[in-house]
Amino acid sequence: MRSLSEIETTSKRASKALGFSWGIAEEIGKNIKLLEMFNIPGVRNLNEYFKVYKKKQFQNISLILKSNISKISYCPIIAGLNFLDQVRTLEQTKQVYFENMAFPILFIPFSSRASEIIGKRILFKVDEKEFLLNFNQSIYSNYLINSILEKGNKIEVCFLENVNSFNENEWNELYKLSENTFVEESEELKEKTAGAGLTDND
Amino acid sequence: MQVELRNPTVLMKLSKLGSFHQSKLSFLRSFLKEFKDWEYNRDLFELDENGFGKAVYSFKKNNRIYSLVCFANKISNEERSDRVIATKWDAAFALHDGIPTKKDLERLSENVPKQEIGRLSYKELTLSRANKSVRIFDHVVKNLSNGEQPNKDILSKVGYLYRTTAVYGSGKFGLADRFRIKNRKEICGPFRLEMMLVYLVRQFTFDQVDLIAKYKNPKKAVKLDRKICRNLGIGNSTGLGMAPFIVNHPTLLNNWILAKETALKKIREIKYVKKIDESIFKNCLNKSLENIKFWTSDSDFQIKKIESLKSDLKKFIFFLKNNFNFNEEYPYNKIYIWCEQNLGDEAIEYIVSIMMEPYEEVVSPLTNQMSSDEEKYFTIPTNKTINDLRNVLEKNYSEILKIDFSKKESNQNFWFISKNKEEPRIANRYLDLGSELEQPLGIARDIKKLYERISAQKNSLKIEKFLIENNDLRHVVRRAFLIEKFPYSEIQDNTIGSDLVPIDMLRLKLSFFGAVKFDPRSDKWLRICMFQGAPLADELKSLDDYWVYNSLN
Repeated sequence: MRSLSEIETTSKRASKALGFSWGIAEEIGKNIKLLEMFNIPGVRNLNEYFKVYKKKQFQNISLILKSNISKISYCPIIAGLNFLDQVRTLEQTKQVYFENMAFPILFIPFSSRASEIIGKRILFKVDEKEFLLNFNQSIYSNYLINSILEKGNKIEVCFLENVNSFNENEWNELYKLSENTFVEESEELKEKTAGAGLTDND
Repeated sequence: MQVELRNPTVLMKLSKLGSFHQSKLSFLRSFLKEFKDWEYNRDLFELDENGFGKAVYSFKKNNRIYSLVCFANKISNEERSDRVIATKWDAAFALHDGIPTKKDLERLSENVPKQEIGRLSYKELTLSRANKSVRIFDHVVKNLSNGEQPNKDILSKVGYLYRTTAVYGSGKFGLADRFRIKNRKEICGPFRLEMMLVYLVRQFTFDQVDLIAKYKNPKKAVKLDRKICRNLGIGNSTGLGMAPFIVNHPTLLNNWILAKETALKKIREIKYVKKIDESIFKNCLNKSLENIKFWTSDSDFQIKKIESLKSDLKKFIFFLKNNFNFNEEYPYNKIYIWCEQNLGDEAIEYIVSIMMEPYEEVVSPLTNQMSSDEEKYFTIPTNKTINDLRNVLEKNYSEILKIDFSKKESNQNFWFISKNKEEPRIANRYLDLGSELEQPLGIARDIKKLYERISAQKNSLKIEKFLIENNDLRHVVRRAFLIEKFPYSEIQDNTIGSDLVPIDMLRLKLSFFGAVKFDPRSDKWLRICMFQGAPLADELKSLDDYWVYNSLN
């Protein structure tokens, strides 16, 4: 079994060998390590992408817009990198759309890291496949096949607002149950045992 | 009184960093303190009359066990080499997480002796190999088998029976990644498991000589005297592999240096020094002088350093005896200022290390702050502006911005990774091939380039926009924003210039390991000694932290 450290170093070196700058290669190394840690096939997708990288032409998008459409497939690395760098600005748009991206799995770790930066979950959709990116702590997906995804036709990146996954009623029910760990308080207990919290309004 | 931390632009010069010495913060000392109450065992010792075979040593506490698996092999004299290009060694070792099963031992016996071309698993934590110091090893075996102890003078010149030539960890060759073990309390300090491996290898070397001597002459042979054992360490030959490490791990480097600087600051701020602490300081200083007598080298570079250290320490001791009173207020601050004004870097850093000795309460909490969660700081804060970046560069890289990179000599060297061993090397850009595959270790050059590049940019431009056209400098943009938070994260020198002495970079790292007896064999590799004077594995419970100042005599 290859260690994550080996995966990161080799991905970084391979990326540099293919012509990416050292700074971008460092990002790719970290990203592939992240994918493999979450059991998403990073090495396989990167390897396949690099096989066609020099042969085919890819669109290097620099400034990401709300909607990005290209006849030539977007490079997932340059698109991902700029998405990561520009995420604080892009967050205002609520949703970013790409049409035609090569090897979209390689975009995922950039968005996962972006989710941590902005403190919001990101829903990343590649056609019918969905990836919920949770603050770079975990990735939840309906796509569990360890396979290569050569192309995504429609890619949506949605910034999810921080809302509860439960309703107020459910919360109240649970809270009521939690109250059973509290001690009933008499006036005497209040006087004798309370700290500043009950009298000071700070 | 508030003492300022030392200025990074001065302290982080390579000549200064290359004068650092072991201290109470050193990893091998903090390792021994952490593991002193662990149960030590020799679990397996199956060696033949020549000392070839396998052995297992372990440390155990509660449910946690670390086992060193050793394989000693026959190699010919011609095959024995300390260079990283070697493919065979007298012994090879792996530190296993837990108790190795029979199957594990079989797997390890196939792979550990092969080192870089073998494969380890997530159950192994560190990997190493070592060669005998043949002259010393044979001398010891011969004497022990004749019922005599070896000649201490001969031993003192070398200081060890074996020297390791590499110690690998953190995911190399399939070893466990750091994330798997980083939350274990006992290994919160850096390189703790590497230190454990080296320490247990030292015990193996003593057991091996005893066994071979016994086989040679069962009736007459004696065991190596425990006092002599204590005064033998483990050697290490270190090449360029260590040098890029301190460039590639900026936050870690910062945390090591910051711990040292914080300790020094706190000690300089002590108003009144207790008699007992004064006595510990003086005692360690005097004892350490005995040790320095045994520091030898054939390197002119190192001979000059040792001589300057010796003569400066004489000067310092004279000052201490005749012109200094520990009863004055802030005595360590006065000592430090006097050292800065009167001594060279070797002696200043030496005395800084000794100043820490009486102050366990200052140093101990700092040893737990010497690791780094590097991932946390990896992402570039692209919401910052060019103005922010310019301020960071001007404030933190002022020395580097003065370097003239239009001069040929400022660009003379390049760092690369060798194909056969995947190890770092340094070569002359104008004479050697391969500079197009240069590693990103010319940080000073690239920082200067970044500074020049942003000179024409608007102050208000955000980094997210600047990077669109300037990703070739992304690696140094990242570093620049790191140094803002981690002032000691960057070497303030040109690591590709013609006057670079690479062993300064090695020396820095080795001093934090706790190495002594620096003996450069060229400007690119050196030999050192670790654990010389340390208690033996079965004596750890009564560890005396000043063991490092025990001399051979």
